[in-house]
Amino acid sequence: MDISSKPRQVHPPLIDIRDRGGPAQPMLRVRKLFKHFDLKKSFIESLAGGGQVVRAVDGVDFDVFKGETLGVVGESGCGKSTTARLLMHLIEPSGGEIIFDGETVGTPGLSLREYRRQVQLVFQDSYSSLNPRLTIEDSVAFGPQVHGVSRREAIGRARDLLARVGLEPRRFAERYPHELSGGQRQRVNIARALALEPRLVILDEAVSALDKSVEAQVLNLLMDLKDAFGLTYIFISHDLHVVRYISDRVMVMYLGKVAETGPAEDLFERPLHPYTGALLSSMPSMDPDQRTQEAPLTGDPPNPINPPSGCRFHTRCPMAEPVCAEQTPTLASVRGQRKVACLIHEIGSGHSQADAAIYAA
Amino acid sequence: MFLYLLRRVIYTLPIMLGVAFLCFLLVHISPGDPLVSILPPDASIELQRQLMTLYGFDRSYFEQFVSWIWRALQGDLGTSIATGRPVADEVFRAVGNTLMLAGVATLIGFFFGSLFGFVAGYFRDSWVDRAASALSVLGVSVPHYWLGMVLVIIFSSWLMILPATGAGPGGSGAWVWDWAHVQYLILPAVTMSVIPMGIIARTVRALVADILAQEFVVGLKAKGMTDVGIFLHVVKNAAPTALAVMGLQLGYLLGGSILIETVFSWPGTGFLLNSAIFQRDLPLLQGTILVLAMFFVLLNLLVDVLQTTLDPRIQRS
Amino acid sequence: MSATTLSFDAKAQKAAADAVEAAFERSTGFWSGVLRKLARDPVALVSAGVILLLILMAIFAPWIVPSDPYKTSMINRLKPIGTEHFPLGTDELGRDMLSRLMVGARLSLFMGITPVLIAFLIGSAIGILAGFAGGWLNTIIMRSIDVLYAFPSVLLAIALSGALGAGIGNALLSLTIVFIPPIARVAESVTTQVRGRDFVEAARASGAGGFTIVRVHVLGNVLGPIFVYATSLIAVSMILASGLSFLGLGVRPPEPEWGLMLNTLRTAIYSQPWIAALPGVMIFITSISFNLLSDSLRSAMDVKN
Repeated sequence: MDISSKPRQVHPPLIDIRDRGGPAQPMLRVRKLFKHFDLKKSFIESLAGGGQVVRAVDGVDFDVFKGETLGVVGESGCGKSTTARLLMHLIEPSGGEIIFDGETVGTPGLSLREYRRQVQLVFQDSYSSLNPRLTIEDSVAFGPQVHGVSRREAIGRARDLLARVGLEPRRFAERYPHELSGGQRQRVNIARALALEPRLVILDEAVSALDKSVEAQVLNLLMDLKDAFGLTYIFISHDLHVVRYISDRVMVMYLGKVAETGPAEDLFERPLHPYTGALLSSMPSMDPDQRTQEAPLTGDPPNPINPPSGCRFHTRCPMAEPVCAEQTPTLASVRGQRKVACLIHEIGSGHSQADAAIYAA
Repeated sequence: MFLYLLRRVIYTLPIMLGVAFLCFLLVHISPGDPLVSILPPDASIELQRQLMTLYGFDRSYFEQFVSWIWRALQGDLGTSIATGRPVADEVFRAVGNTLMLAGVATLIGFFFGSLFGFVAGYFRDSWVDRAASALSVLGVSVPHYWLGMVLVIIFSSWLMILPATGAGPGGSGAWVWDWAHVQYLILPAVTMSVIPMGIIARTVRALVADILAQEFVVGLKAKGMTDVGIFLHVVKNAAPTALAVMGLQLGYLLGGSILIETVFSWPGTGFLLNSAIFQRDLPLLQGTILVLAMFFVLLNLLVDVLQTTLDPRIQRS
Repeated sequence: MSATTLSFDAKAQKAAADAVEAAFERSTGFWSGVLRKLARDPVALVSAGVILLLILMAIFAPWIVPSDPYKTSMINRLKPIGTEHFPLGTDELGRDMLSRLMVGARLSLFMGITPVLIAFLIGSAIGILAGFAGGWLNTIIMRSIDVLYAFPSVLLAIALSGALGAGIGNALLSLTIVFIPPIARVAESVTTQVRGRDFVEAARASGAGGFTIVRVHVLGNVLGPIFVYATSLIAVSMILASGLSFLGLGVRPPEPEWGLMLNTLRTAIYSQPWIAALPGVMIFITSISFNLLSDSLRSAMDVKN
């Protein structure tokens, strides 16, 4: 194994006393998580017939292992950001289970307040996510104060963290958000998320709004912080290059469901789900020899109000057969750590290419 | 669109119920026994009881409310304590006079308000605009009851060309549209028209300026359309909102006429309210306010519905 | 009821919402910028100066009046403007007009401004609660507010104080109730706007309770715009308060108050018309100054300029 290809330090520097289940216990297990939004309807419309629901997240299963970075990709509207907010309980899940380090979140089990101390979220919009009326040190110090840390101590911690994310406290601590650039504000948001000493940080398109050069700096900062604080990341982005760069494993979502998961390199090299293949082929390549071979994705994703029957991708899938509209594929292990939800990779599914694909694998 | 209208109508029902409830409460927030004003000081307990039962004050609030609403729906608003006549008769006689006054005032206000507003918006930032804007600030700032007094001073006391008070020569005869009667209408209507004039002028100015700044107007000019053509376009686009504002202002004037009617002794609802308040005639007060408030709610509904039908952009599903 | 918002000047309500938006863009710089623009606006300076003078006059009136504003005199009734000792003449009971107008500023300003201030406190609390809570609580609160909104403001004020009976306290109560709905509506809409911001979500994600979030993250962002909207109601309130006294529903004689003075002097419009009109001039000057100041404030807050 080529050691130089993995420059990052994989082990946290200290053993975390909050680590209950040990390294083998996943940090987060998500089971059958779903969220259906009722469309607003008036009294009269409800007389006319049942209301419609948006199936934003529709039964999602995945694990996040300790110390890893799980990348989550998909087109806009696939349920990535809803998943992030569900994980933080910022919106109430319609059903499903979230298990954090072996404990179920919610009563009885891990209290929401304790859970939120260990899991934090960084938002995409650096502007909207900072209170314009608070200095940045007050914004960072807010979380610890909520959890009973004295103001003096919280401000001290905030200044340390600002220094840690590359904002000299003496210059920046008492500034207001509008006096900072987008990249600086996003550093503040990262410091704010870290102020509660979380173990898992969810980064929801955290670098997507930044300029490319700033984006690279913030990505490097994120990787440094991960090693220094022994963090686990869920990294949500629509930018495949960035996800490939930062992730250990990747999860591909389509219309509120998981299409495929697997180790980053393997998944990008050998996509199993036709949707992943299509996504990757739409990715501009640096190498002129590696021209796009597969048909790129056309059109918009279908409406999540009335998602297609069977496999949700069958309306846009180049390999779709009649069976795909009838039978819903299940997310199942294929080989190694790869899991895919596609009838081509299900034995006896009835898809003409099914057996050939499985033998080839 | 049909669904929107239906929803809009259904939405009005709880508002109307709430308005009725507030009117019902008026009698009960008022201190003291409402019968005191008509009872002789030495009235026997027997007589007091009789009157309590007659006016329904001896039953529970809920019962009183339900039966009050039920009777109101049939056009029975109770009996005036002061005159002993049905409240509904008194109110509807007065509503006619107020409606006439408010209607004429709205028309005057709308005409001059639109004119000023249009000119100001068309020649934005010119001296015409500034003058019209100043006039509209004056219009919304002036205490109109005082303006009424000043107009009486000028036209009745000083120039002696218009009558100061009343609604026609020789007391309360029937209204006729001749000069002998109309001259009584001029001062109160002009005074009242100042209220909507300022607001309509502001609205129209903003509308016209907005429309002129839009790209389609630039496009029309580029296509070589004449000023008259552009003028017609602007009018067509500004009309729904301007009409909506006018409708609402009519509602405000109906409810807000009391001060002006008092200054000019105009025999409308305001005048009726005034006497109801000072004679502590609570059924009359309640009935008048109920009718005026319901008028306002229905007018609101009507304006919304008209605006929806007039403006093709409003596609509320 | 979309169209009803036009009642208390929809432009002012929209300005409040825009101010929240603008304040997000520029934060603390926003309000200092507004002040700088106001300082360069001659109309704003003059109207602010007039208001300041009126307030000073109201405060110091008892010590600077030339004569006793309560002292009646049958021989000095309705002296014209310019009479010796009575520069603005005398009223129908022979009291000095100048002194009464000066002392009258106290009750007139008090009756005009107090309802808006109390309504600002109550209306903000109601609106912020509704806006922050959302859901069914919002629906219940805002629908109840709609019922009050279904009355024209003058009618509501007169209905309430007519039922409650004459008196300063009842007039203040009625006017306060009249101004709560428009302020609560503005408070609700700016709070809903702020609630949708990610920093409120971030505060929830850090485990903070609703009360803490409102105190730390919501109040600072909404109170400014709501207050600015409330100031635009003072002119209306001045006219309504004096109107109630004019009808005999507010201040009672012999207290000097401009609306009441206008009422008692109505008998004199044929003999001393200019004296009879004087109290109205004071009401007019006050309300126009407040209107001009709030207009200037609004255009200073307008980011597009």
